[in-house]
Amino acid sequence: MSPVTRTVLVTGISRHIGARLASVLAADPAISRVIGVDTVPPTSLTRDGGAQLNPLGRVEFVRVDLRSPDIAQVIAAADIDTVVHMSLMSGPAGSRPAMKEHNVIGTMQLLAACQRSETVRRVVVRSTTAVYGSSPTDPAVFTEDSEPVEVPHTGYGKDAAEVEGYVRGYARRRPDVVTTTLRFANFIGPKVDSPLTRYFRAPLLPTVLGFDPRLQFVHEDDGVEVLRRAALDDHPGVFNVAGDGVLLLSQCLRRAGRFWVPVPAPAFRFLGEGARAVGRMDFTPDQLALMSHGRVVDSGKLADEFGWVPKFTTASAFDDFLRTRSAR
Amino acid sequence: MNAEELLTFAARRISGRYEVDEFGYDAELNDKVLLELLRPLYRHWFRVETIGLHNLPPEGALVVANHSGTLPVDALMLQVALHDEAGRAVRLLGADLVHRLPVLGHLSRKTGHTLACKEDADRLLRKGELVGVFPEGFKGIGKPWSQRYKLQRFGRGGFVASAIRAGVPIVPCSIVGAEEIYPKIGDLRLPARLLGLPYLPITPLFPWFGPLGLVPLPSKWLIEFGEPIRSDEVDPAEADDPMVVFELTDQVRETIQRSLNALRLRRGPAFFL
Repeated sequence: MSPVTRTVLVTGISRHIGARLASVLAADPAISRVIGVDTVPPTSLTRDGGAQLNPLGRVEFVRVDLRSPDIAQVIAAADIDTVVHMSLMSGPAGSRPAMKEHNVIGTMQLLAACQRSETVRRVVVRSTTAVYGSSPTDPAVFTEDSEPVEVPHTGYGKDAAEVEGYVRGYARRRPDVVTTTLRFANFIGPKVDSPLTRYFRAPLLPTVLGFDPRLQFVHEDDGVEVLRRAALDDHPGVFNVAGDGVLLLSQCLRRAGRFWVPVPAPAFRFLGEGARAVGRMDFTPDQLALMSHGRVVDSGKLADEFGWVPKFTTASAFDDFLRTRSAR
Repeated sequence: MNAEELLTFAARRISGRYEVDEFGYDAELNDKVLLELLRPLYRHWFRVETIGLHNLPPEGALVVANHSGTLPVDALMLQVALHDEAGRAVRLLGADLVHRLPVLGHLSRKTGHTLACKEDADRLLRKGELVGVFPEGFKGIGKPWSQRYKLQRFGRGGFVASAIRAGVPIVPCSIVGAEEIYPKIGDLRLPARLLGLPYLPITPLFPWFGPLGLVPLPSKWLIEFGEPIRSDEVDPAEADDPMVVFELTDQVRETIQRSLNALRLRRGPAFFL
């Protein structure tokens, strides 16, 4: 059993999953301090706070731009022993170069600070199954050691692949620190706001003509829980995290009771660009690949190492999302 | 299906409340719709007869079959045979060309098939599925009429390595009849290359009669499943030893060739019987 966790740093606290994780950790009496950092103040925390979430109370917020070396001072000042790096952005918060800088440079700065630190013993990084890309010539089910046929060369997947590269480098240089990389399938749930949830909330949905991708989801509750477990115990390695089973896009659309229009791939991309321009959705080329070829991962390694499986299957997570979507 | 069953079936399909496995196999759609479309072809057009179904082990196995016919109709008929006569869902490993194509690629997944790659083959066999392969690939299915019933080279024997790793038996399968459905008497090389296809056949009916040329000739079919060949006598660690793999590959190939010759004699002429 590893020594008791005392002080946890959570990056990306201003977004939903990060905020929830920070609250859960703050509610744990075994943890003395939870420090949350982000580039913007956690408005979502105050808005969502109350009944369901713990009040911000014990979570100390520090406004830090991860791209700057300031993060090193925060880590040094607070004797942090566990870092949970959540601030990978999937959607566009402004321009693509800004997103890339936030994701990649931010991780580099954070890991550089961790490398200098004497106190950090555990680093947990939120990654994504998008690192496997999505193509018709890949194996049907990815395991953690799969080498994708086509590595993602755009967007979120590419950023995450680069981030993981830096994490591996860090783990090599600091073998005394336990590093856990969690590759999450698409988050879904009542409060998740992602390109995919925005897509499923649209009244009329375009699909790619001639394709019916296999999709997997992980419920936000399970996402928070697995991050909490990784933050509290040593689970070195890379793990896929996805709800059991798969849903075809056609099944999702039928369950959602939405109308859909199959459009040829080039038109789909064009529509995506349009939707992006008016800020409705984000359909980057890797989204188009996902909507064409889908992606399925094997979460068996997670179950073996953590002795825990996500409570929601892919289908029940999607249904839970639908239940609250219709209540809106 | 009676009217009530049909209604609940339709309701379930419309609401999306049905199961699809991780490979995208939709068992219900396959049985109730896709195979239903093939059954008339199987029963009345090709009058397929199966032999040696008792040779299929009750658990996981690798069915290795010859490939012919210009279009992979033999794969579809093998699927109907195993589904309807042996009650088994066969999971075929298909060319990546199929999986790259819109519509076809996804239909292929819904009927239980996947890409011919080591990972998928191993995964299916580990799960105890009945996996089917056509190791000749395009060399087999696209061979000219003059080469009919002559087994082509069996690739690198990747299927044998998968069987060894999983310790499952190999069931040799011989299909007679598919060679005559679209006799390939010529090849339009240039258009094929322009379209990115491995070949574009000239048959007695295609391209002369346009889409009508796609109607397969009504040959008489026989599908035989031979005695299983054990692979669990080989140490799984030797699955990447080329000598071991080639030896077993040759054994499977010779078994199928022998049984093809015998089966052809047994069937007699392909047409008018």
